[in-house]
Amino acid sequence: MIGTLDAKIPPGPLAQKWRSHRDHMRLVNPNNRRKFDVIVVGSGLAGGSAAATLGELGYRVKCFCFQDSPRRAHSIAAQGGINAAKNYQNDGDSVYRLFHDTIKGGDFRSREANVYRLAEISNIIIDQCVAQGVPFAREYSGLLANRSFGGSQVSRTFYARGQTGQQLLLGCYQALCRQIAAGTVEMFPQTEMLDLVIVDGQAKGIITRSLRSGKIDRHAADAVVLATGGYGNVFYLSTNARGCNVTATYRAYKRGALFANPAFTQIHPTCIPVSGDYQSKLTLMSESLRNDGRVWVPKRKEDRDKPRGEIPEADRDYYLERKYPSYGNLAPRDISSRAAKEVCDEGRGVGPGGRGVYLDFADAIKRLGEDVIRERYGNLFEVYEKITGENAYKVPMRIYPAVHYTMGGLWVDYDLMSNLPGLFVIGEANFSDHGANRLGASALMQGLADGYFVLPNTLPNYLASQMGKRPPPDSAEFGEAEGCVCARIEKLLSVNGTRSVDSFHRELGLLLWDKCGMSRNEKGLREALQKIPELREQFWRDVRVLGSDQDYNQALERAGRVADFLEFAELMCIDALERDESAGGHFREEHQTPDGEALRDDERHAAVYAWEFQGDGQDPKLHREPLQFETVHLAQRSYK
Amino acid sequence: MIVAITGIILILFVVGHLLGNLQIFIGPDWINGYSQHLRDLGPLLWVIRSFLLASVIIHIWVTIHLAIENRRARPEAYIDRHYVKADFASRHMVMSGLIVLAFIIYHLAHFTVRVTDPRFGLLKADPLGHYDVYSMMVYGFQNYFVSGFYVLGLFLLALHLSHGSSSFFQSLGLNDKKLTPRLALGGRIFAWLLFAGYTSIPVAILLGIIKPAQQL
Amino acid sequence: MNFRLRIWRQLNLKSSGKLVDYDVENISPHTSFLEMLDVLNEKLLGRGDEPVAFDSDCREGICGTCSLTVNGEAHGPDHPGAVCELYMRRFRDGATITVEPFRVGAFPIVKDLVIDRSALDRIVQAGGFISARAGSAPEANSIPIPKHDSDLAMEAAACIGCGACAAACPNRSAMLFTAAKVSHLSLLPQGYPERDRRVLKMVQVMDAAGFGNCTNTYECEAVCPAEISASFISKLNREYARAQFRRRLGE
Ligand SMILES: Cc1cc2nc3c(=O)[nH]c(=O)nc-3n(C[C@H](O)[C@H](O)[C@H](O)COP(=O)(O)OP(=O)(O)OC[C@H]3O[C@@H](n4cnc5c(N)ncnc54)[C@H](O)[C@@H]3O)c2cc1C
Ligand code: HEM
Ligand code: SF4
Ligand code: FES
Repeated sequence: MIGTLDAKIPPGPLAQKWRSHRDHMRLVNPNNRRKFDVIVVGSGLAGGSAAATLGELGYRVKCFCFQDSPRRAHSIAAQGGINAAKNYQNDGDSVYRLFHDTIKGGDFRSREANVYRLAEISNIIIDQCVAQGVPFAREYSGLLANRSFGGSQVSRTFYARGQTGQQLLLGCYQALCRQIAAGTVEMFPQTEMLDLVIVDGQAKGIITRSLRSGKIDRHAADAVVLATGGYGNVFYLSTNARGCNVTATYRAYKRGALFANPAFTQIHPTCIPVSGDYQSKLTLMSESLRNDGRVWVPKRKEDRDKPRGEIPEADRDYYLERKYPSYGNLAPRDISSRAAKEVCDEGRGVGPGGRGVYLDFADAIKRLGEDVIRERYGNLFEVYEKITGENAYKVPMRIYPAVHYTMGGLWVDYDLMSNLPGLFVIGEANFSDHGANRLGASALMQGLADGYFVLPNTLPNYLASQMGKRPPPDSAEFGEAEGCVCARIEKLLSVNGTRSVDSFHRELGLLLWDKCGMSRNEKGLREALQKIPELREQFWRDVRVLGSDQDYNQALERAGRVADFLEFAELMCIDALERDESAGGHFREEHQTPDGEALRDDERHAAVYAWEFQGDGQDPKLHREPLQFETVHLAQRSYK
Repeated sequence: MIVAITGIILILFVVGHLLGNLQIFIGPDWINGYSQHLRDLGPLLWVIRSFLLASVIIHIWVTIHLAIENRRARPEAYIDRHYVKADFASRHMVMSGLIVLAFIIYHLAHFTVRVTDPRFGLLKADPLGHYDVYSMMVYGFQNYFVSGFYVLGLFLLALHLSHGSSSFFQSLGLNDKKLTPRLALGGRIFAWLLFAGYTSIPVAILLGIIKPAQQL
Repeated sequence: MNFRLRIWRQLNLKSSGKLVDYDVENISPHTSFLEMLDVLNEKLLGRGDEPVAFDSDCREGICGTCSLTVNGEAHGPDHPGAVCELYMRRFRDGATITVEPFRVGAFPIVKDLVIDRSALDRIVQAGGFISARAGSAPEANSIPIPKHDSDLAMEAAACIGCGACAAACPNRSAMLFTAAKVSHLSLLPQGYPERDRRVLKMVQVMDAAGFGNCTNTYECEAVCPAEISASFISKLNREYARAQFRRRLGE
């Protein structure tokens, strides 16, 4: 039985939906706001901006993060920039065009209404950030500068050197600090959400564990907002920070929230290739490098190990420029990544293990001078040199795709509320506006749109009906949830096997990268579906976690996260198998055009797939939300 | 900020004092006359002296207070410690400052109150009726220990100022990124010039270049 | 490569700690310092010893979580850079490497090499922001900012909040951290209205947190992974003097 979901998209023409919806939503009177407790889990761009804004509005907010300070949320690592349809460049940009690029970039697997709203809000995000003091790059005139990014033909990306995410997050963090000082937000750093509490079918609280002291706590609230980021670390090696996890959203899933499109993961084309067995993470080289760098590999396998200088122009294959003449090196991420994998699979990859392609700046340096390149990308070149010991002004960079972003996440309606009333999900944690593939510089935009401008409007619409309905934290539901959390921790500590948590994680990561990574096929997915439960079973039999649950125990922390990944990975593969088409980052080898492009099946799969937990060991139940395209015309993406 | 301002006052004094002392190279009349001029200031001299004294006391009081706070901010020292930029002078300001203080006390006792050397009482006034500071300095410095301690005191003062004389620009917010390294270099040169200036006197005396104006 | 590690082990704030020697073998020079510690922890786990606790998250030098003193230098010998950006090729094969936490009174030790840096958050909470409510912002290009000012503000804003400046300072002063935030915000016209209040309150909270006093040794600048210049401390001093002066005038 497949259920059908209603996203509660407001009626009316696309461009008016958000405005007229706002005109009609219920409000909470300013005097009553302080009677509402709102939990925000996450202090990244989404959670930080939401917590600060709700605090400004006068709600009593509790904000949680697992880092030792909200400023360290993973959003800090975003490099490239944030999109907005300001059209400061006068190059034909508009809200509609940003909307259209995003829908197309997402390979027509996202909701028109949400994406349009995102594009509309994009402009006021920039205003807000500038007002907070985010030092975006400027021209000599003192006005804001822009750069281009993959997947669009206009220059609409705002940036702060190579540290855009950092600066935006610090803006949020500072706003949050202001509210903490004002007493409207209470911050709980190093506190991990381990379960969601449902009372009468509504999300009314969470169970947390202090990573510092091991203390388990119950927090009751009128609504719960999850802003816990993406789950890219299910692959072990990714560009995500070490702590990124699926725990919060997965536990919510196990409490009844639907998980949408878990198979949609993004592989970023420009990362530093893997160099050793003990590597703990992959480092992204901002895609903005593709503005000036040219991607190539030798035409012949035999030239693979020759230094660049010995490979004449004629023997180089600038494969992106060759295959996609109009977008060239700026082709969208999924396409660029697959193209890189393809040339490496042909044996033309460069560097150790043949898993790399060149990103060459020689032409740009000749054209613009080394100083200009240094000004634009100096810090990225430094990072590259630090990690590889190579100077990219002299030799071309070597890059290779790596897991970067997860488009999937908890299902939400137009108001960003999940199927569980009272549970809102924002930022990368929801299944988002990016469909099957996210365009560069759009995640920051989405996180901030959700947190500063969407949620603060839609949350009151829910809260208005919830006056006085907050359950006490000693109710039975909280007791039950706390019991589950404690039992699980005890179990992790008591296995006392022989293998480390990381060794399981690494094994899971390799398996997924192989079977559910850049390209997938039915056979591989079925294999993975067989192996994952075996690995999980082994984990619970043989994992070794030392120390106690009463103090700072990093291994225990990680063990809980990996245990969730081991369950979640299965859901990912089930979804990947169910989606029997290729779309964006989800490439099923069975479905491709003769020249190797993703082939969608709009008849059968123009829908969001949202999964409902049915109990351990049971297959989840599928719900479909059909996607209606009223404004854009469904077409095969072409970046040629 | 207080440290910086009192520090500047003390630096100004030290420079002025050096210029005064260097007159010894010109001859007894100059320096004895200079000394008399100072004395003739009468009450004003006492105002200047108490001003300097106050500066010294405030400077010390505040720095010691800060140093205690700093110690408190650092409950446990590193077992292995390696400095990248902080040089010896900047790390040992209290130490160099305190030794300078000890030196100042001795120095005052020696030449201003003249309690350490009984011979100074025997010196006759010079032909112009001034106290013979010139000869006092010469006799004073002919003693190797006196000169040695003087040089040591000045060495530490120079060390103190090699950091202090550029550091106050930073404390008062008077420098910027480009200026800082130049000031640091300038400060160092300044401090060691000061050292050279002051020590030239005992060195000259010990080498017999300067001889007493009167015999005892 | 092989190394002998001397690592600070301490159960919690109350207990006393000591350096313990460990050996690691067969480390590739391309391994990062933290990955080398991961390897050590795997080895310890195999022996049934509790792994060494140390902080990290992004492992690319931007989040400011990692915080180790390696051979007596905050973030280790490879400046500028956070310790997560330190690679084993920087060391001699067979070297003995001492690993200690950031030792600052205002950063109590949580466990082994992990410290509590909430004092830095409190400094920002005291005033390290521009009060701009969501929804109240004017059009972004209505405030042109000279590129030079904006670039300088960006240089200051690049601080990753790691606390190495305080850890390296012989006086354990957090001036560089505070100066970076004060300078970032006061260089921008948006930050002018709250300029005086901001610097006075931030400095007050910084002092109350138990950090030491700056004596301009510039050790902070030397270890700062974000290359924050100590000239921002000069700027902070200037801002502070200005604010005090204006406050006096105002009263
Ligand atoms: C290297 C890199 C570069 C990027 N560059 C760009 C770019 O240039 N442009 C762009 O648009 N996007 C970019 N992205 C994507 C973008 O950074 C992220 O999608 C976005 O920042 C996610 O923000 P978020 O607020 O949803 O989550 P995060 O910033 O990941 O925040 C998650 C928060 O949840 C908390 N949390 C998680 N789990 C729990 C739990 N169980 N209990 C309590 N707290 C929890 C964490 O502590 C954290 O505070 C990049 C991503 C990476 C990895
Ligand atoms: C002739 C005597 C002295 C002179 C000319 C002098 C001068 C200076 C100057 C210019 C500074 C730099 C101020 C700044 O950067 O803010 C300084 C700093 C300092 N002085 Fe002195 N000083 C003298 C004696 C002393 C004594 C006797 C002490 C003993 C405690 C002392 C202790 C210090 C300390 C600890 C500092 C560093 C504090 C800081 O920079 O904030 N000084 N001194
Ligand atoms: S100023 Fe530098 S050393 Fe200090 S906290 Fe910021 S980044 Fe770290
Ligand atoms: S771990 Fe993020 S800066 Fe080192």
